Amino acid sequence: MSAEKFEYLCRLGDSTLIIGQQLGKWCGHAPILEEDIAVANTALDLIGQATMWLDYAGKVEGKGRTADDLAYFRDSRAFRNVLLVEQPNGEFGATLMRQFLFDAWHLPLLEQLQSSTDPEISAIAEKAEKEARYHLRRSASLVKRLGLGTDDSHQRMQEALLALWPFTGELIEADDIDGIAQAEGYGADTVTIAEEACGNWSKTLLQAGLVVSEDVGMRSGGKTGLHSEGFGYILAEMQSLARAMPGAKW
Amino acid sequence: MIRLSGTDGTKPDPDQIWAWLREIPDPEIPVVSVVDLGMIRDVVWDGDCLRVAVTPTYSGCPATAVITLDIRRALEARGLDDISVEICRAPAWTTDWITPEGRQKLHAYGIAPPAHTAKCAGMLVRAEIKCPLCGSSQTELVSEFGSTPCKASFRCTSCLEPFDYFKPF
Repeated sequence: MSAEKFEYLCRLGDSTLIIGQQLGKWCGHAPILEEDIAVANTALDLIGQATMWLDYAGKVEGKGRTADDLAYFRDSRAFRNVLLVEQPNGEFGATLMRQFLFDAWHLPLLEQLQSSTDPEISAIAEKAEKEARYHLRRSASLVKRLGLGTDDSHQRMQEALLALWPFTGELIEADDIDGIAQAEGYGADTVTIAEEACGNWSKTLLQAGLVVSEDVGMRSGGKTGLHSEGFGYILAEMQSLARAMPGAKW
Repeated sequence: MIRLSGTDGTKPDPDQIWAWLREIPDPEIPVVSVVDLGMIRDVVWDGDCLRVAVTPTYSGCPATAVITLDIRRALEARGLDDISVEICRAPAWTTDWITPEGRQKLHAYGIAPPAHTAKCAGMLVRAEIKCPLCGSSQTELVSEFGSTPCKASFRCTSCLEPFDYFKPF
């Protein structure tokens, strides 16, 4: 097995799993019905993608772990999701901002992964990319509408952006694992992703009349398993049933 | 279990099996079959084992597990007992695979079929999406997502009825 490839696949799977789990909390609670449905559908797509990534991660690891084993029976330090996705939902506008920042990076990532030399990675990326395109279309459009909406909506979106922006650096910052994945051909081209994600962010934020602070310190750690305190609570909620009743089926 | 094999004792030919599969409704949009949606990619005999290749529509679509179970049950009810339903991920499913018959059934049911090819995925050009109820092109997008992952919510500004649009994907 390739330890680096397993790590790389866990990053892909864990980021989609955790943001899907976070979005799922809005089901039945979003401010309007259409958005409630949209957020739940987005969560469903992302959790579906996580299932495919983690299923493949388990096969690459070769220890017989399934996608469910990886999702429900690993502890915080073993998760490889980026810090952005574990940031609290906050109010609905903050969730939308987090989603936009994620989608604007996720789409170019999946576009690049389609040329992976690993046919399984390329197939999952091809499928997920079509979904991510709709996700970005929706989140970018809502960020613009709220950014250009009332003074109140503008201010809330601006505050959400300032709070979340420090977590975008980790998305486009390539480390050793990313480098190995790219060099071996199964990983994505990190330079292109960074350029396109930055392009997507700046285009929409400019149109939305929102600004980022240039000299902010970027936060990272999620990709190597160093998570925020709040992450433990996310896992507790997500994993408690599976751990209380291991092997339960319906 | 008795293997029902047609009158001459041979294995049912793939055309017959396709006909049986055409009777299996999609669990979420029962007016169309799994064949209409283009989800069945291949039906072949591998010795005595019937292999059915299925391509899921959306990554998280909860119907996928039900569909594979429905296929197995439907074929078992026809007397087949050695069936392998395999998930085939590449190439990815696209709305271009929905058959002309499937598109007609969607329209008749009140769901506007995809107005574009899948190359336009991610775009919802409302001017070209006709109301399946009155045929008007005066329609507007209500929400990018509808009652299932594959649909968006639209409203007709002529007859004022809301309707689902099956998104190009």
